[in-house]
Amino acid sequence: MADERFFELEIITPDRVFYKGQVTMVEFNTTEGEIGIYPGHIPLTVIVKPGVLTITGEEKKEAALHTGFATILQDKVTIMAETVEWPEEIDLRRAEAAKERAETRLREGKTDTDIARAETALLRAMARIKTIK
Amino acid sequence: MASMRDIKRRKGSIQSTQQITKAMKLVSTVKLQRAKQRAEQSQSYFTGMYQTVQKMLAKTGNIDHPYLRSTGSDKKLVIMITSNRGLAGGYNSNVVKLITQGDFEKDKVMVTAIGKKGKDAMVRMKYELAGDYSDMIEEPTYQNAMDIAKEALDIYARQEVGEIYLAYTHFKNTVVHEPVLMKLLPVEPGIDTGVQEGDNIPMNFEPREEEALALLIPKYITSLIYGGMVEAVASENGARMQAMDSATSNAEEMISDLTLLYNRARQGSITQELTEIIAGAQAIS
Repeated sequence: MADERFFELEIITPDRVFYKGQVTMVEFNTTEGEIGIYPGHIPLTVIVKPGVLTITGEEKKEAALHTGFATILQDKVTIMAETVEWPEEIDLRRAEAAKERAETRLREGKTDTDIARAETALLRAMARIKTIK
Repeated sequence: MASMRDIKRRKGSIQSTQQITKAMKLVSTVKLQRAKQRAEQSQSYFTGMYQTVQKMLAKTGNIDHPYLRSTGSDKKLVIMITSNRGLAGGYNSNVVKLITQGDFEKDKVMVTAIGKKGKDAMVRMKYELAGDYSDMIEEPTYQNAMDIAKEALDIYARQEVGEIYLAYTHFKNTVVHEPVLMKLLPVEPGIDTGVQEGDNIPMNFEPREEEALALLIPKYITSLIYGGMVEAVASENGARMQAMDSATSNAEEMISDLTLLYNRARQGSITQELTEIIAGAQAIS
């Protein structure tokens, strides 16, 4: 029988299996706010919002998780991510440039779609920067 | 009997064709390996996404959402994945046939083409073209799939079409590729995949099912298109490898036939020359 403190975490992207293993806790950002999952969580499907993904297991790992959704079962969590990156895969300078671009667009944005798009771009850039630091 | 020079020339031309087909076979074998690996890597995302959406639909029952019922338009959009280059046996024409010989009425169909061969065939037959993404098939990325899905969903949202289909070649294994026509929208609960473990756990949704579906379905469509593209690339190279393999062995056969013919002609001409010399010598003496 598996250790009760652990549950299975699987993070899948279209190109690869990003992470697979036994962990004790996973935290990330959803459309409804931040969420932290321990084993035995109620079954839940959530939509991911750009933010930092923290995996706590044998060791602590962080990654930038941008879009996708997560299916949470009592003993297994599957995150289907469209984009997720380890800190070493992030280009800090690009993220900072994107952040600035998004901020100017937010200030000058006219239509609603412009603002919505700039907001997600800003969130993405901030998630990347936060993951590195 | 053809002259020796004719036979020799013919043999030479077949030999150089064989060299080309041999090289193409090698190239597509290498490409196939890479494409196959990619297809396998994306497979888990593909199936995971499919299962989640199907489970969600099964559990949420009848939600009234634009993505789940037809918009009322009787037009259909077909996203068609073929290759940019030919010489792949029946690969491209099989996909074209799915559309031209299916239950589609010609003037009720719009085509979004990924792949030049398919596009050209559809244009030749005067189908309406909604978009052309042919340059994406060389190196399909997830971003490409997102762009295509977004445009297709826009067309759907404007109620220009009532249904969206995806036509591509399913990569079963290296030798078997099946052309498939898949319905993307409106999403239909698929054929029952059998009761799986944990299926009876009531699933909760955050946000509510309607909102979750609205966010998920574009991702679902994107992942299906991406999966289709990746598989189509693998199928294309598999089909080309097979076609080039049989072309090479056909050339081999023709060359050996021609060699035989050539040798016979050579022998014939030697015999003839000898007979002439002997006859000439006899006439003198």
